[in-house]
Amino acid sequence: MHLARVVGRLHATRKDQAVDSAKLLLLQPVDPEKNPRGERLVAVDTVGAGPGEIVFYTTAYEAVIPWQDLTGRKEMALIDASIIGIVDRIDSARQGP
Amino acid sequence: MKLCRITGSLHATVKSPRLEGRRIMIAQPLDAAGRDDGEALLALDEVDSGPGDMVLVMKEGGGARIVLGDDRSPVQCLVIAVVDDLILNET
Repeated sequence: MHLARVVGRLHATRKDQAVDSAKLLLLQPVDPEKNPRGERLVAVDTVGAGPGEIVFYTTAYEAVIPWQDLTGRKEMALIDASIIGIVDRIDSARQGP
Repeated sequence: MKLCRITGSLHATVKSPRLEGRRIMIAQPLDAAGRDDGEALLALDEVDSGPGDMVLVMKEGGGARIVLGDDRSPVQCLVIAVVDDLILNET
């Protein structure tokens, strides 16, 4: 599981029917000090995240589970990243000013 | 399993209901000399770890679901041990 900032939203009218109602957000992974780290990715939002928020996301099969729970569907979905929480606060011993 | 140092924790009110009741820790992977090695990851705390602790982090979702007793958990990483002592035999 990793930290990221929501930096955009993506619309795709034509997509696989298993994810037809998915809200897709563009994420910039960040370190615990909220500095950008690594490549951006697209994730399915399962918690109602908004632009600019710091969130955490899960990948691989673990990304499919919250989507299934949210929609009540049992089919395997074509998802490899899901946002599973919105960060209120980071308590980091290394936090900068 | 990865050797890590706990550098902090997260507070998140809005989150997957399957994450309720456990703390989400920030774990910085370490090399054998105790230096930062790679990017920090988020892990659910199983052993009451705290900032500054050297810990073992398991990075495997299937194992995490078994340990948590929840086959629908989206968790990928668990803090599974606090390291008291690390003995290196290499020179």
